[in-house]
Amino acid sequence: MQTKRTVFGNRLLPYAFLFPQLAVTVIFFLWPAGQAVIQSFQREDAFGLSTTWVGLANYADLLHDPTYLNSLKVTAIFAPAVTLLSVGLGLVFAVCLDRLVRGSRIYAALLVWPYAVAPAVAGIMWWFLFNPSIGLLPYLLAAVGYRWDHSLQPTDAMILVVIAASWKQVSYNFLFFMAGLQAIPKSMIEAAAIDGAGPVKRFFTIVFPLLSPTTFFLAVINLVYAMFDTFPVIHATTGGNPAQSTNILVYKVFVDGFIGLNLGSSAAQSVVLMAIVVTLTVIQFKWVERKVNY
Amino acid sequence: MSAIEITGVSKVYAGGVRAVSDVSLSIAEGEFIVLVGPSGCGKSTLLRMLAGLETITSGTVSIGSRVVNEIDPAARNIAMVFQNYALYPHMSVYDNLAYGLRNRGVPKADIDARVAEAARMLEIEPYLTRKPKQLSGGQRQRVAMGRAIVRKPDAFLFDEPLSNLDAKLRVSMRGEIRQLQRRLGVTSVYVTHDQLEAMTLADRIVVLNGGRIEQVGRPLDVYHNPASTFVASFIGSPAMNLAEAEVMGGSVAIGGQVVANGISGVKDGKLIVGLRAEDIQPAAPGTGVPFAVRYIEELGALRLVHGSVEGRHLTMALSPDLPLADEMKVAVAADRLHFFEDDSGRRMTR
Repeated sequence: MQTKRTVFGNRLLPYAFLFPQLAVTVIFFLWPAGQAVIQSFQREDAFGLSTTWVGLANYADLLHDPTYLNSLKVTAIFAPAVTLLSVGLGLVFAVCLDRLVRGSRIYAALLVWPYAVAPAVAGIMWWFLFNPSIGLLPYLLAAVGYRWDHSLQPTDAMILVVIAASWKQVSYNFLFFMAGLQAIPKSMIEAAAIDGAGPVKRFFTIVFPLLSPTTFFLAVINLVYAMFDTFPVIHATTGGNPAQSTNILVYKVFVDGFIGLNLGSSAAQSVVLMAIVVTLTVIQFKWVERKVNY
Repeated sequence: MSAIEITGVSKVYAGGVRAVSDVSLSIAEGEFIVLVGPSGCGKSTLLRMLAGLETITSGTVSIGSRVVNEIDPAARNIAMVFQNYALYPHMSVYDNLAYGLRNRGVPKADIDARVAEAARMLEIEPYLTRKPKQLSGGQRQRVAMGRAIVRKPDAFLFDEPLSNLDAKLRVSMRGEIRQLQRRLGVTSVYVTHDQLEAMTLADRIVVLNGGRIEQVGRPLDVYHNPASTFVASFIGSPAMNLAEAEVMGGSVAIGGQVVANGISGVKDGKLIVGLRAEDIQPAAPGTGVPFAVRYIEELGALRLVHGSVEGRHLTMALSPDLPLADEMKVAVAADRLHFFEDDSGRRMTR
């Protein structure tokens, strides 16, 4: 395909156009990332007065740090749970809306709203809803005999942060599934109906397989979101507690670095996180191309 | 194989749009019916009502002896071939063919046998393990046909199945569909906007216009005795010449110029006269009507000469051997003229 090429009169002009974006990327991303990599090999005292080069010691320490291993475990539960819940609900809502004849636009608009809510605000909202003394949901749960207390019960706390983190992500997933469903030709569904497949069978044999590229893409995106962008949600609700039970990796980076002032370890943890996100992205690009087999 | 009975069927959409109005049609067992008409004439809607993909607003549809109005598409035992083939892209050709049989709980050995038979019939055996993406347009079309055949349905429904193919392939697939339908003897309803497909495929053509049936008949009957100016201009290529004319004492005049004499059984007055392009020919020397040639289309076996008589545009189909001139004298075959009412466009009985 021939793409249109613009020829600039001045050789420097294209670079001038690129400069603002490049500047933002370099100052706010590449430079701090580079700093983190350097810091991860150093040990610095709390006041920043002396810095010593310690090589891989920060990384080695992580492997023996029970709180870090716990954090890994917590993330291994939290991230897949958020992904499953938000992708699942997004798909359910999209399929429901797709079957709707009337008023689908209104529902679509309402379902997209949560995405516009700031994560911290979303966290606070769920914190209020689940607040053991003033919240609505514990009151309802008490009626069925369950004593909800996310400030004492690790399981309750985990459920709270998973719901709070998934809530706004459902909107995002819903939008992608909507687009995915609309891309499936109606005649294919009709052909399956004539071929004797009922609605449920059609969904599992035709619709869901055809959505698999979307599902896979969203699974990776949501995993990355749950692992890296959920800091505000944790910070606004449980703060990683009780007993470290919701202290996910990205939150631990913040706690160790900014509260504990252990900059070296914090930097090493963020480098590990960076490695994970790079791996996930590579998997996504490699796989999406291979998985789309039609 | 079953007869299909359509009785007083109408379709009104939620917005009040009337797509099909009071259509009645009896389709005999094993008959090949082609629904033809311009886009928006209701032909696809009618087909989709037969398939059960659209609800029927009023009237009844029976397949065999059973009224199917309230029966799901799956339970009607029909098969449909879609314009875009609607093959399942994530399944192999074999699975595409087998899908409908598996849904109906046909034993595995039977499925194998029926898929193999259909594949042999359509010459798609080498592609059974491929995905639809790896097939050409014509091969996909065959797979879509195969998916219909393996089901051994009571009726085939075709929704413009050839319009996504290139011209050459369309002609050969057309022939194959006809032969296949003859061989299997399955009642078929075929929707197209291409009058040539209608003429070549149909046992009977149903011409639809504005949601109503204009005419039902065998291809040549429709061609030779169009029921209205609409059918006359729709069936046949080039389209039938239609001109406002006046009949006075057995003479037909276009724009004051008498083109034919000795017409009987037609009342005096204004009407619309129809002439097939092949029914206008150069006149014998010294006779004929002046015909001003505007442009010529060469078709090889035929030559279409477009021109005018008294400012009315007419087309004649001539043998390429005949000499041409800018001004020609032509004669029309008086016994081959068609007369239509001036106001309604209906054919006048003579």
